[in-house]
Amino acid sequence: MAFLRSRVLWIGAAVVVTAALLPLWLSAYLLGVLTAAYYFGVFAMAWDLLFGFAGEVNFGPTFLIGLGAYTAAILNSEFGLPIPVCVVAGALAAVVGGILLAVPALRLRGPYFGLVTLVAVLLLQNLIVIFAGVTGGEIGMTVPDVLSIDEKVNYWFALAFLTICAVLLYGLSRSAVGLILQASGQDAVEASALGFNVTKHKIAAFCISALFSGTAGALLIFYMGTASINTVIDLAIAVQIIIAAVLGGRRTILGAALGAVVLIVANEFLRPLGQLNTFVVSAVALAVILFFPEGLLGYALHRGERE
Amino acid sequence: MSGAVRLRVSELNKRFGGVVAVKNMSFDLRAGEIVGLIGPNGSGKSTVMSLIMGIQRANSGTIALDGTDIARWPAHRIARAGVAIVFQHSRPLQRQTVLENIKLALLPDSLLRLATEASVTERARAIAESVGLGGVLHRHPWTLPFADLRRMEVAKAVARDPKVVLIDEPFAGLTATEIKTFSDLIRSLRDAERAVLLVDHSVKSVAALADRVIAMYLGERIAEGNAAEVMQNETVRRVYLGGAIEAVKRTSAGADAATLLDIGSVDVFYGKAQALERIDLRVHQDEFVSIVGLNGAGKTTLFNAISGLVPYRGLIRFGGRDLRNLTAAAIARAGIVHCPETRELFGYMSVRENLDLGGGHLSSGERQTQLAWVFELFPILEQRQAQAARTLSGGEQQMLALGRALMMQPKLLILDEPTLGLAPVILAQMSKAIERLRKERSLTLLLAEQNVTFALPHSDRLYLLDHGRVAWQGDPARFAAEMRTGYL
Repeated sequence: MAFLRSRVLWIGAAVVVTAALLPLWLSAYLLGVLTAAYYFGVFAMAWDLLFGFAGEVNFGPTFLIGLGAYTAAILNSEFGLPIPVCVVAGALAAVVGGILLAVPALRLRGPYFGLVTLVAVLLLQNLIVIFAGVTGGEIGMTVPDVLSIDEKVNYWFALAFLTICAVLLYGLSRSAVGLILQASGQDAVEASALGFNVTKHKIAAFCISALFSGTAGALLIFYMGTASINTVIDLAIAVQIIIAAVLGGRRTILGAALGAVVLIVANEFLRPLGQLNTFVVSAVALAVILFFPEGLLGYALHRGERE
Repeated sequence: MSGAVRLRVSELNKRFGGVVAVKNMSFDLRAGEIVGLIGPNGSGKSTVMSLIMGIQRANSGTIALDGTDIARWPAHRIARAGVAIVFQHSRPLQRQTVLENIKLALLPDSLLRLATEASVTERARAIAESVGLGGVLHRHPWTLPFADLRRMEVAKAVARDPKVVLIDEPFAGLTATEIKTFSDLIRSLRDAERAVLLVDHSVKSVAALADRVIAMYLGERIAEGNAAEVMQNETVRRVYLGGAIEAVKRTSAGADAATLLDIGSVDVFYGKAQALERIDLRVHQDEFVSIVGLNGAGKTTLFNAISGLVPYRGLIRFGGRDLRNLTAAAIARAGIVHCPETRELFGYMSVRENLDLGGGHLSSGERQTQLAWVFELFPILEQRQAQAARTLSGGEQQMLALGRALMMQPKLLILDEPTLGLAPVILAQMSKAIERLRKERSLTLLLAEQNVTFALPHSDRLYLLDHGRVAWQGDPARFAAEMRTGYL
């Protein structure tokens, strides 16, 4: 295990250094694509913590992301609060919203939990449309402040954020708490018979997932300069996050980030195909899920584990 | 040999809807004592165990651990207080090694302790060696033989130094030598002054190990004492074997008729555990054949193999046709109707809808005739036509399951434990219905039963399964003569 950990460390470091040097070659447009992809990577990792470890399928990751994004955007545009305050407030809003959702929802089993998270997204979407005066409704809202107008700075900031989140979430998944969480997700009865308060651990996982989703959502707003339903709340976005995480590999955390980058970059490169673009990406994702249910990274790491 | 009372269970009751699973159970577990809780499938012994562990909550009664009532505590708190359980079917963490799986059991229930202390690793290693896993510490669970997986579960259970250890079906799936070493392991728990409760279906397998045996039937204690006393107990004998065995001479069918079902050398594996070993079995046209044997002997597995629900090696032919490459649905259409132990009724549909689904392939005229016949067989179903299946009593549900199977006009009817958990009065009704089936229809029956009294009068021939093998076969008269004493 120590060997594996060091291997992950070295490969990870090499990937980060390479990624950090990319602005030397890539166009501003491609950097923009990757910047968005990195925020998506955090969404997908936060989702994998819930699905891969806690064993709960959250169909509404955009509920948590949207809470963070819109809280930050409203505080910034209505009250003119500085960006760091808005981001922290957005993250807290996502955690509070996550707890309010998770505490009652975790009483339900299996598909019902997923349905509750799905409905939460629709509720949030409707609230935003109803309070269009503050939120901009279906059109969306512009935030006065942005992180930077320099594409390279934005890129490096997103990369640093992704790296920090990856280290924290991966470290958590490999810690004692991650082990307990995995046991709770796999067999809740057995985990509780071993003396673990399964509900407590699952709610904690939900909070952590919400914290990272909300922060990333808020930062994404200040990168793009706008907040809209289509970019941070729509169910299509939620589905993309889920596909990214599954594509990259369940229970690997890092695979989710990889999956997100692959998915978004593939979308860009296939853009000349027009309407066919989404179809091709979806078909590839479907094929991976059908034939490599362990995902890209999962397959690479755990070859031969299945009998 | 036995010390202070560790666990005192008093007046424990548990109902599931209208079904009473545990009724007024009271018993003590002492330090340094192994108690066996036995009873046929469905008698409530597993429920008692999950009530103690807090996995399910009792309707009334107390469970005192060293004098503190833990009956309403959540499972994780009970585990911290000193009760541990070894599950029959475990799902270890497959990506972690044996050592890490054991370490899991030693972790504090904390969200903040991210790092594992070095002492935890030391202790996990020591526990692994004490149960004989010293050589496989760094292997992954999926590479281990079944017996080692069971050891790992014991290691996890004792990791927190529990006062009370509950063990579910300790010997299921183990070979004779493995049973011996596993028994030694359980004895070592007793030597460490723990109170051990074994839950098992058979007196025989726990007899050598348990200091005391409690027998349960239909949720109640029917006998208690040392293994020999319990085995001699009249009520226990009746429950397992029934009182007098009347073998009825059969003339209607027999070996002369054509072979309908032919099973040759069938093996079935569940992962590492071999559930069936070289089973040879033949059922002739219009013959009633019973498979008897204790819970876990392989009866249900055999039926699942016939119905195409589990993969197997060997040959299964029905009316001369190889069933290997047929789907479960195709096998059912070919005329093998399987009425499983779990009944599998559509709970939210009415009785009538369940029956209509069974007769879905018939023309409406035929369906009416068949329905009238099923109602004649089980008049209660006609009265309950509009009621949702899940609200029926256990006996009525079994009748409905049988009725639905008959609506499919089976050539071969497979009945798995039709008497499971049923009161004697229902048994008599079921028995009459099966007798009428034989007289009125051309039907071949394959019946699995733990209750030999029920099986014998309905059988032309019997097979006894034991640990996945055919241990005996012959006619009911011979069974009564030869197996009566050996079988409990």
